[in-house]
Amino acid sequence: MAFLEIDHATKFFPDPDGRGQLCVFRDVAFGVERGEFVTMVGHSGCGKSTLLNIIAGLETPSLGGVVLEGREISGPGMDRMVVFQNFSLMPWMTVTQNVRLAVRSAYPSWPSRKIEEWVERYVEMVGLTGAENKRPSALSGGMKQRVGLARAFATEPKVLLLDEPFAQIDALTRGVIQEELVRMWTASRNTVFMVTHDVDEAILLSDRIALMTNGPDARLAEIVEVKIARPRFRSSIIDDPEYARLRSHIIHFLVERSRHLQEQAVAEAHPEGSRAAGELIPTR
Amino acid sequence: MAMTAARRERVRTVVYSLVLLVVCLGAWQALAGAGGKGSKGSGIPGPVAVAQTSWHMLADPFYDRGPNDKGFGLQLGYSLGRLAMGYLAASVVAIMLGVALGSSPALFKAANPFIQILKPISPLAWMPLFLYTIKNAGQAAVLVIFMSSLWPTMANTAFGVASIKRDYLNVSRLLQLSWPRRFFQVILPAAAPAILAGLRISIGSAWVAIVAAEMLIGGTGVGYFVWNEWNNLALNSVIFAILAIGLVGVLLDFGLGRVAKLVAYTE
Repeated sequence: MAFLEIDHATKFFPDPDGRGQLCVFRDVAFGVERGEFVTMVGHSGCGKSTLLNIIAGLETPSLGGVVLEGREISGPGMDRMVVFQNFSLMPWMTVTQNVRLAVRSAYPSWPSRKIEEWVERYVEMVGLTGAENKRPSALSGGMKQRVGLARAFATEPKVLLLDEPFAQIDALTRGVIQEELVRMWTASRNTVFMVTHDVDEAILLSDRIALMTNGPDARLAEIVEVKIARPRFRSSIIDDPEYARLRSHIIHFLVERSRHLQEQAVAEAHPEGSRAAGELIPTR
Repeated sequence: MAMTAARRERVRTVVYSLVLLVVCLGAWQALAGAGGKGSKGSGIPGPVAVAQTSWHMLADPFYDRGPNDKGFGLQLGYSLGRLAMGYLAASVVAIMLGVALGSSPALFKAANPFIQILKPISPLAWMPLFLYTIKNAGQAAVLVIFMSSLWPTMANTAFGVASIKRDYLNVSRLLQLSWPRRFFQVILPAAAPAILAGLRISIGSAWVAIVAAEMLIGGTGVGYFVWNEWNNLALNSVIFAILAIGLVGVLLDFGLGRVAKLVAYTE
């Protein structure tokens, strides 16, 4: 069994017209090894953020479950921490206070002096020294997400969950912060599960990429391995032939196959009334 | 000479304000003069007479010559003391109830009919009940203040807590914050702007209620002062007190406005 195991998770939401239930994704099963960086890519509505929230313990799966180190997840815990797309920093707290709130929770027994040093270290690590006493509203999107990264890494979670962390950051800053994330991850070797729309970002950062078909009733179609040696750099990775091959494979999937596979799965599932499984579930 | 639009606007505001002041004082003087044509006791005192009285009052505000002759500052102190007690107690209770109501939609729906019935009751209507049960006029007045400043703070707190962004609550769940830390570090600061809006409305209605309550209970306070001066037919003092009550109300609101600025945040 893998370090983090998504065990045939299915999520239903109440139908918008309130009569029945809508299946967001069905029978999603895969594992993430310790220290591995796995990214899930799919169109909006395939439930990838919902899956991330389930791993975080903020939501519960309708069927199936999530197992971390052999124990089923039943709610949030300090062994997992999320970096949010919209940063989710407390706007009434300064940079330091936001990070400190997390560090205090992670290490309740630490004396305040040690906590301060730890906070300072992570604030410095993300290059925010000098902005410690600013509130989020005074920071740019990139700086806000640096606080988000500092807050998450400072708690040293076993699993780091990144929910489209760079989607709201301008393209030029995004690259810089991606490289900072790589640097921090290389040093800490957390297990990471990330969700994104951005194919280049997925290839740059991931060991494996999970591809979801379109929602509703989304399935995990396949998992591709990124066989590009690390350290990877944005400037050199684009010349790698493997990069071009992967990129075209994933984009083809997103443009054509993700929809086609969904239609096929729904067509198979509904006449017989049985759950389509088999070929769509990777047998890793 | 060229003036910026903002500057021109400010000048205009000052001019309008001065015009309003002159119109008010003029109307007041005209009214006072009209009344004073016949016998001299029937007229309302004019601005000059009131200004003279005010000068005397403010020159020695804290004298105490028995129950019916205390300085205005002393009376104001009694009122502010009652206000502080009733208002602070009500605010603590209202914020706690508001947080409870705001965090549970079911509880809010269940309690709402009761609140709707209690809210429109004039706080003074409770006075006989308070007098009967606690048999102390001063404490009854404090309770009237309590009732008058409970509902706005409670309603605003409930609204503020109910509309806290899910993200902040999710972060506090992820961080497994203990109940007190969640309350003081997340819920209170997140809802603070709404709570302060409620506290500002509450202090206004409390200040309105205390004058009436003190007229009823007698003894001390600005309300009693107004009533006592009316009994003395000292209209100069009555008008002075009216203006002073308004001014204190403005200062109380201004103070809370400053606090509101401190707890405001932009997302």
